[in-house]
Amino acid sequence: MTPGEIRTAVLDILEGIAQDDDLGQLDDSVAFREQLELDSMDFLDIVMELRKRYRVQIPEEDYPKLESMGSTVEYLTPLMADISA
Amino acid sequence: MPKDFLKDAKPNYDVIVIGSGLGGMTTANILAKSGYSVLLLEQHYKLGGMATWFKRPGGKIFDISLHGFPYGMVKSCRRYWSQDIADQIVQLKGVRFDNPMFSLTTTYNRNDFTNLLCNDFGVEEAKIKEFFDFARGMNFYDDQKITTGQLFERFFPGRQDVVRLLMEPIVYANGSTLEDPALTYGIVFSNFMSKGVFTFKGGTDQLVKRMHQEMKDNGVDSRINCSVESVNVERGKVKSVTVNGREINAKAVISNANLSTTIFKMVGAEKFDKDFLDEARDVRLNSTSTQVYMSLKEGEQVEHSTGDLLFSSTSKEFSTDKLLSREITSRTFSFYYPDLRPNPKNRCFIVSSTNANYEDWSTLSKEDYEESKRELVENTLDALEEYVPNCREKIDHAEAATPLTFEHYTRHERGSSFGTKFEGLGVSRGLPEQIQGLYHAGSCGIIMSGWLGTINYGVIVANDVDSLLMKQASSVS
Ligand SMILES: Cc1cc2nc3c(=O)[nH]c(=O)nc-3n(C[C@H](O)[C@H](O)[C@H](O)COP(=O)(O)OP(=O)(O)OC[C@H]3O[C@@H](n4cnc5c(N)ncnc54)[C@H](O)[C@@H]3O)c2cc1C
Repeated sequence: MTPGEIRTAVLDILEGIAQDDDLGQLDDSVAFREQLELDSMDFLDIVMELRKRYRVQIPEEDYPKLESMGSTVEYLTPLMADISA
Repeated sequence: MPKDFLKDAKPNYDVIVIGSGLGGMTTANILAKSGYSVLLLEQHYKLGGMATWFKRPGGKIFDISLHGFPYGMVKSCRRYWSQDIADQIVQLKGVRFDNPMFSLTTTYNRNDFTNLLCNDFGVEEAKIKEFFDFARGMNFYDDQKITTGQLFERFFPGRQDVVRLLMEPIVYANGSTLEDPALTYGIVFSNFMSKGVFTFKGGTDQLVKRMHQEMKDNGVDSRINCSVESVNVERGKVKSVTVNGREINAKAVISNANLSTTIFKMVGAEKFDKDFLDEARDVRLNSTSTQVYMSLKEGEQVEHSTGDLLFSSTSKEFSTDKLLSREITSRTFSFYYPDLRPNPKNRCFIVSSTNANYEDWSTLSKEDYEESKRELVENTLDALEEYVPNCREKIDHAEAATPLTFEHYTRHERGSSFGTKFEGLGVSRGLPEQIQGLYHAGSCGIIMSGWLGTINYGVIVANDVDSLLMKQASSVS
């Protein structure tokens, strides 16, 4: 998957999680927490969904890398490079 | 021949969950939904653990642990259970405090508390905001050295009344004290303050029934009257459990039972590192409870204005020790009206709860124990009289439960109502590092207790298990 496809995939997961937020306005360089009503369970859900849908394993110590859309896509790019969209 | 509660159980499962408390059922449900074969074993004759109820003749039904939980339950139930379960969650709007320092009714959320603290307690608004933001910002990775007592001292020095308003409900919600790490308070308090106190419309029996159905639909093989005797470990890995005399294999075992029972009785101390054992031995259990269950006669009602949840106390000052003492001066009354707690005869039920010390009850002779129970019922009725006039004439059934009752039904050591103190969480999380495939998902660490805390902990552990099983599958293939 390309970074653009990964972004779409993450956005799709977020839509299920942050149902009350407007994701159209999301700024990729700003932390999710500052723009959306996300708590730590929501972050865990992102991790679980990524594993379920794409079989990507994200160890707990890497959770901070999921801070913003930008950092998430950057972190996932090598991990998801071989997956076809 | 006795009934075989394991009839047709398979010899191998991906996952075995020991205990059907809310944490255990949530882990089981998520893993089954992810496609694993899951066996859920419960020693009692019904599912739910402390999320339970009991019936008495004449259509009486009493809930044990349905006094209130934070709004977060809606999200957790929707995501990890079903929309249908989440839809049954409704707010309890009448939260009352009545003690020698103040009497008030609140919706128990941030807005209302800000108004109260500002207008009735004369606290500066900026200070209140600072406190709420600080509490909300607290998380797991924070410095755990500051205690809840110190937190209050920092924001509201010398204000016993403010501390009482902020702390009393949380002591009931999770047994924490002023000496516990402040983050255990901050997290739970902020969870409640986000929107208020909520309940499950229809009662605990309805919730557990729906969860049971949901698990069935997702393929969980759940069994009651199945007491796990041991978790068997081979070469540092989980191998199987022994239940009702039979051995069943699994790649992962999740215990929803008491943490120290899991380590010392089910697995056995010899299977762990010395340092880990030292830590595990030092884990303190949380406090326990007494309750009195009362039902009103058919046709008798309690005014809705009496409230849903009433924190009542006759004690002049506030101290968390006092809340535990057998000289009970403080109790929480939960009022169950027939619209939220339907029952065939449209009765109203009242449950009074107090926190308690195990020793105060376990050391009594049989006669003294029975006598103390009677006393507990009588004193509770006396206290209730203030809020429900002539209650003795209106009530047709009243009975008590003690720490020994809780211990008997849930097998929690010393009847612990809310798992362990904070340090238990580290030990619980440390289990899989000791033995591959062994997990604990049950109330611990104060923050992972209560209905919401244990459900969320069940999710966290399901995530760990899924991760392990996927890794194992890919290394095999
Ligand atoms: C009196 C009281 C009032 C409460 N009020 C509230 C409230 O208002 N709001 C709130 O959010 N929380 C409340 N709580 C706390 C809440 O009920 C608990 O934190 C939560 O239900 C615990 O869930 P759990 O997953 O840890 O498992 P538990 O409910 O502790 O269940 C563990 C299960 O494991 C089973 N088990 C144990 N050993 C074995 C074995 N060897 N083999 C098979 N099965 C075994 C037990 O039978 C039990 O079913 C209250 C608790 C009490 C006691």
